[in-house]
Amino acid sequence: MAYKLNVNGHTSTVDVPGDMPLLWVLRDVLDLKGTKYGCGIGQCAACTVHLAGKPAKACLTPVSAVGAQAITTVEGLSADGTHPVQVAWQEIDVPQCGYCQAGQIMAAAALLSKTPKPTDKDIDTAMNGNLCRCGTYLRIRKAIHKAAEMTSASAGTLQTAHKE
Amino acid sequence: MKNTFNRRSFLKVSAVAGGGVLFSLQTPGLFAQGRGGAPAPPLNANNFIKVDANGIVTIIAKNPETGQGVRNMLPMLIAEELDVDWKNVRLEQADLDDTKYTAQSSGGSTATPTAWIPMRQVGAAGRMMFVTAAAQTWNVPASQLTTKSGQVIHSASNKSIGYGELASKVAGMPSPDEASLKLKDPSEYKIIGHSHVAYDVKAIATGKPLFGIDVSVPGMQYAVFEKCGVFGGKVASSNIDEIKKMPGIKNAFIVERPDVSMDAVIPGDPGLENGIAILGETWWHAQAARRKLQVTWNEGPRASGSSTAHAAKAAEMMKQAPQKAIRTDGDADGALKSAAKVVEATYSYPHISHATLEPQNCTAIFKDGKLEMWTNSQQPLRGRQLVADTLGLTPKDIKVHMVRAGGGFGRRLTNDYMVEAAWIAKQAGVPVKLVWSREDDMQHDYYRPGGWQHIVAGVDSSGKLVAWKNHFLSFGQGDTFAQAAGMGPTEFPQRFIPNYALHSSVQPLGIKTGALRAPSSNAFAFVIQSFLDECAHAAGKDPVEFRLALLNSAIEQQPAPAAGGGRGGFAAPGLDPDRMKAVVQLAAERSGWGKTKLPRGSGMGVAFHFSHRGYFAEVAQVKVDPANKVRVEKVWVVGDVGSQIINPSGAENLTQGAIVDGLSEMFAQEITVEKGRVVQNNYHQHGMVRMAQAPPEIDVFYSKTTFTPTGIGEPALPPVLPAVANAIFAATGKRVRSLPLSKSGFTLA
Repeated sequence: MAYKLNVNGHTSTVDVPGDMPLLWVLRDVLDLKGTKYGCGIGQCAACTVHLAGKPAKACLTPVSAVGAQAITTVEGLSADGTHPVQVAWQEIDVPQCGYCQAGQIMAAAALLSKTPKPTDKDIDTAMNGNLCRCGTYLRIRKAIHKAAEMTSASAGTLQTAHKE
Repeated sequence: MKNTFNRRSFLKVSAVAGGGVLFSLQTPGLFAQGRGGAPAPPLNANNFIKVDANGIVTIIAKNPETGQGVRNMLPMLIAEELDVDWKNVRLEQADLDDTKYTAQSSGGSTATPTAWIPMRQVGAAGRMMFVTAAAQTWNVPASQLTTKSGQVIHSASNKSIGYGELASKVAGMPSPDEASLKLKDPSEYKIIGHSHVAYDVKAIATGKPLFGIDVSVPGMQYAVFEKCGVFGGKVASSNIDEIKKMPGIKNAFIVERPDVSMDAVIPGDPGLENGIAILGETWWHAQAARRKLQVTWNEGPRASGSSTAHAAKAAEMMKQAPQKAIRTDGDADGALKSAAKVVEATYSYPHISHATLEPQNCTAIFKDGKLEMWTNSQQPLRGRQLVADTLGLTPKDIKVHMVRAGGGFGRRLTNDYMVEAAWIAKQAGVPVKLVWSREDDMQHDYYRPGGWQHIVAGVDSSGKLVAWKNHFLSFGQGDTFAQAAGMGPTEFPQRFIPNYALHSSVQPLGIKTGALRAPSSNAFAFVIQSFLDECAHAAGKDPVEFRLALLNSAIEQQPAPAAGGGRGGFAAPGLDPDRMKAVVQLAAERSGWGKTKLPRGSGMGVAFHFSHRGYFAEVAQVKVDPANKVRVEKVWVVGDVGSQIINPSGAENLTQGAIVDGLSEMFAQEITVEKGRVVQNNYHQHGMVRMAQAPPEIDVFYSKTTFTPTGIGEPALPPVLPAVANAIFAATGKRVRSLPLSKSGFTLA
């Protein structure tokens, strides 16, 4: 069945079964490999994307449930890697293997768009669904604080590169 | 400048050696690929360094990157001695080619000790060639020239020239004599010892397709591979013809391997198993069809194993005489009879899955009798050989690209996914990307083997340990331990106690086992350092003082013990008690051991462990609430891995990660077996520490000593488990002797 999807500001039409999870539509049909498969059951959140600006687990989201909601993946968070969360991730040198980090970054960006100056507790709550097998949690927390500082210092916004 | 690639000049160092060897950078033993491997060929700077006309330096990263940071670390060594600025360095991942790069593996924390000298020599050789080229250009003696930031400088005439301008002259130049290579004094380091952000961090943060699972080749189909839950099981019948007709399915077929090992002890990398391959237009199509697959298996002789039965058998064996004596020093039984106090306890630990976040996968193209493969194996050389042997090819017919791995932890030391992808691609006749589901990954792992240890120790009236007797209960058959399930004759505290006896008994295990980050150490440190804590309390001694006294009691006439779990491809040196005492003392100082007044329900625990050439002591501070919820408030890590931390940012990250990883093993992870198959299938049943559970503070301190630098990926992990267990005892008076901690009623808050 054909579905019209708004992914990272572009409209794409895909002809796939309605129960196909958004994760696999993104990865294997639209060739957006940034969103990762880790568990398929919503335990690890490596597949976190934004649906209408809110974090969603793409592995549990059937494509038929997306409708007209804007989908943002890590590739669409900024045009050139300059979203404050992406910059902070680089400055703090967060990743080890890096496999979970797209999901972490999307969850962090969603947190900051709602809570621009999060406390440690806010961060723990928002990020607790995202597993990091390498254990980079201390740096993730530090990088989220850093992104929050950078945003408030530049009076910038956490809008993504396109409209959600 | 456009099209700089065409103007790039390569250091042609091998050519000038008359087709022979530029310089021998081989250090016997260090470069053997794995245990007992053949001596490796010497290194050649030409294979590692490229400089373009603009002075941009491309350095080849030779080893598999699994998150341990080797992709930065090895090129940093070259760049330092080449004397270029890191900002002008680009990294290029090597393909598999042992003739150019020698060992290309990730395991055993070996990259630093094996590469510390040769990689710097590669850089120094390159530097000397630019100096020689400038000397010829200016007609001045090379001895008057210096280098800085990719420039050769003649200060007498105030002249300088960039490496890029010299690159064409370096090509074809006589090679420097190895003896003439002078390495920098550490005080001159500008790259080594300075933090450098992981080279790929921007690509990771922007979602670039870096990982094995992201590989895409033209015309490829996506494969899943259904195997029997019981190792060695074969397809008896299936509804495969129905599966072939399902939407989006390109093909489905049975993979038959008549010669899967039926030995009681499963080999280390047994290779291709029987199963059913399903190929789809997307991975989800293949996986969705697989859910409709119905298979009747001939499960074979391993179908009866269960963890309950294994535990019962271990309990029975514990009461009987051990099957085998591994080591006997002095007279442990006699010393126990005359000891002032006897401490006796049984410890146990479960099987654990590696659970790399990126499931196993591999992409393969089979065409005209040749293979091209993309893999994130930790041992691609062995993987290539396994594929060659299985498919009847020669290794030279198999081109292997090395791709970033979403975690290794030892899982990718074995190469089952490589041989599966190769076989399926050949049988299907199309390019194939094989991706395991999470369930495949958790149920077809090479598990950290569980085990039991029954230890009896004697303390004399002065509080000194005088006897230690361990009955080690593990898996295997006869004299052979299952993979990674053995204990050697020099395991600590051997050599520190005059009357030491280590005995073992084994029973068969029907599932595959293998190395998990800090193999054997990750379990043994928990047992030995927890039990030492029991001994300290029995002796009425402070746990730090007790440990220091033990380290002071080395019996010099006995050979030094090997590094615990030192499966690093070459024999590791033995434990040096002075280095260990120093880290224990530092950990005590930094944590305020014995000086910190903690509230009721809180406590501190200490532990140390030597593995993979690294000395680590760790102190944990925990708070335990009345419901036995444990909060690990802070962990202090002190390590001695020699004279230099090459990339401090990476080292700190990796060390903090080791602590979190150790806590996951301790609190959340257990694999059990029923009817010969693994029960747990995903993270809800075999979890890991989440952000809110991780210690809010992990203090990492590396004590610099005069020894050659060694690795940190593994040795930082083992002490955290006993340090936390000992802290729980300090906080509650409850001794934890069985993992995971949920078995003793504790959970992580």
